[in-house]
Amino acid sequence: MKTSLSERIFRAGNAIVLTALMIATLYPVLYVAFASFSEPALMMAHKGILWKPLGFSLETYEAVFGNPMILLGYRNTLFIVIVGVALNLLLTSLAAYSLSRKSLQFKRPITLFIVFTMFFSGGLIPFYLLVRDLGMTNTLWALIVPTAISAFNLIIMRTSFEAVPDALEESAKIDGANDFGILFRIYLPLCKPVLAVVGLYYGVSHWNSWFNSMIFLQDRSLYPLQLILREILIIGDANSMAEGAGQDEIVILGETLKYATIMVATIPILMVYPFLQKYFVKGALIGAIKG
Amino acid sequence: MAQTKPGHRSFPHAGHLPAQILKDIVRNKYLYVMLTPVLAYFLVFQYIPMYGAIIAFKEFNPRLGIHGSAWVGLEHFKDFFGGMYFWRVLKNTLMISLYDLVFGFPAPLVLALLLNEVKNSLFKRAVQTVTYLPHFISIVVICGILKDFTNSDGVINDIIAFFGGERMTMLLEPSLFRTIFVSSNIWQHIGWGTIIYLAALSAIDPEQYEACKIDGGGRWKQMLHVTLPGLLPVIVILLILDIGRIMSVGFEKIILLYNPTTYVTADVISSYVYRIGLQDFQFSFSSAVGLFNSVINFALVIGSNWLSRRLNNTSLW
Repeated sequence: MKTSLSERIFRAGNAIVLTALMIATLYPVLYVAFASFSEPALMMAHKGILWKPLGFSLETYEAVFGNPMILLGYRNTLFIVIVGVALNLLLTSLAAYSLSRKSLQFKRPITLFIVFTMFFSGGLIPFYLLVRDLGMTNTLWALIVPTAISAFNLIIMRTSFEAVPDALEESAKIDGANDFGILFRIYLPLCKPVLAVVGLYYGVSHWNSWFNSMIFLQDRSLYPLQLILREILIIGDANSMAEGAGQDEIVILGETLKYATIMVATIPILMVYPFLQKYFVKGALIGAIKG
Repeated sequence: MAQTKPGHRSFPHAGHLPAQILKDIVRNKYLYVMLTPVLAYFLVFQYIPMYGAIIAFKEFNPRLGIHGSAWVGLEHFKDFFGGMYFWRVLKNTLMISLYDLVFGFPAPLVLALLLNEVKNSLFKRAVQTVTYLPHFISIVVICGILKDFTNSDGVINDIIAFFGGERMTMLLEPSLFRTIFVSSNIWQHIGWGTIIYLAALSAIDPEQYEACKIDGGGRWKQMLHVTLPGLLPVIVILLILDIGRIMSVGFEKIILLYNPTTYVTADVISSYVYRIGLQDFQFSFSSAVGLFNSVINFALVIGSNWLSRRLNNTSLW
């Protein structure tokens, strides 16, 4: 079929618009990447757009990795992500499995009890007072236990459990398996993709979360990475920028140090993202249809 | 969340409730063992704070606790409605939501329609991969980049100065706050927002396009008569849900970006609750503001869901 002139103009225009959008999305990220590898002194004098790193220097990365606060933040964040996601997945799959069983007579009121919390909450202050009264303030548990289950992720998982044929459960029951055995030996292995999706959602949200740690932690040695980042990027606290470095060094490193810190905190997400994109999208769709 | 399925077990009669529950527990003992920690979590971390919200009607005294503090009735609500910041935070919340609705709502729809016209699947995938990405970057990093770029010596000002404009620290300008806030929201979420539209687009029967072509419909006519009607149910639901969220602008991004100079346009209800409650420690007053907001939000969600069911036969539950 011959394409008409207007058709070709449309396609070219569309491609240009979409390419422009891609550039607009990527450029800020690239700018940060270029700036982080630039020579600090050149970067300080530079004005305007960057097309490539100005010179090449790993000096700032050395400073970032030499910063004990950043390393500590990394360690705390990893702990929160690993323990948090393990707890999240355990509780979410227990809930999702139970609430997808046909034999459970009170499935609907229990689901309602849970779903209601997606639409109504007691608010920030009562939540804060509760966590404080439970004695969790200034411990990493304050970042793990209060966010142990997300009703949204629970629904994603329940939906995919509901799609597993009942015959599997029935034949396992005949073989004498109980619900725990069925969940851990049949459902979870069968639903690995949704486990990955939900685990990733939880993982990303733990990795990115900062607010709860800001209100619940006083001890700086417990700070997760995002809270250190906030000090460096938002409050502009030069001391947390390069703890251990001399004042002169900080001034010279100044700008580039921020960019390198952003890179260090974001690279893990950027690295896993391309491989996991299709899982993320799958989760978004299940969530959108049901939620 | 799911619609009621036909043939679903009906709710037991109230009269035999305790016996019914006992029977269900005996029959499904393992399921109830599984549910125990889950229900405990929701009870403790979701329902106890709902009970705790009664401090909005009390004068909270840390020594006496939530339970023992004295009742003051609607005092805090009166203070809030009559206070000098009520209209400011209400207006700012609504304005930011409105900006988000007017500019942020159509953006992913337009992008999905453009993507739908792309025939080269490699290019399409590239655009999707790139535009989904910012959705996963942390809000602290996004705000850090925004702060850096909009600084008076940041890259945006470098460009403005190059074209002869004047440099300014944009986050100190109350008039620019909403623009920065909403446009960066669009930047971060436009790609992710297309997912649901693209799924709906792939469900449209290709024969409808063929029929439209045979009737002499060009690309524009096809979009108007096939694509948009096919997307309409999704558009309506998402729009209604967005309207239901009009009073709930989250505080995380606000409190990372605002400062006392921009409070006049930036301070929303939730950020006000945070500041009054957790920085000034007026627990009761700020709980009252928070409770007011929760109740309005809940009513809006219920209302919008009712509307969506009436118009569209689609509902959240």
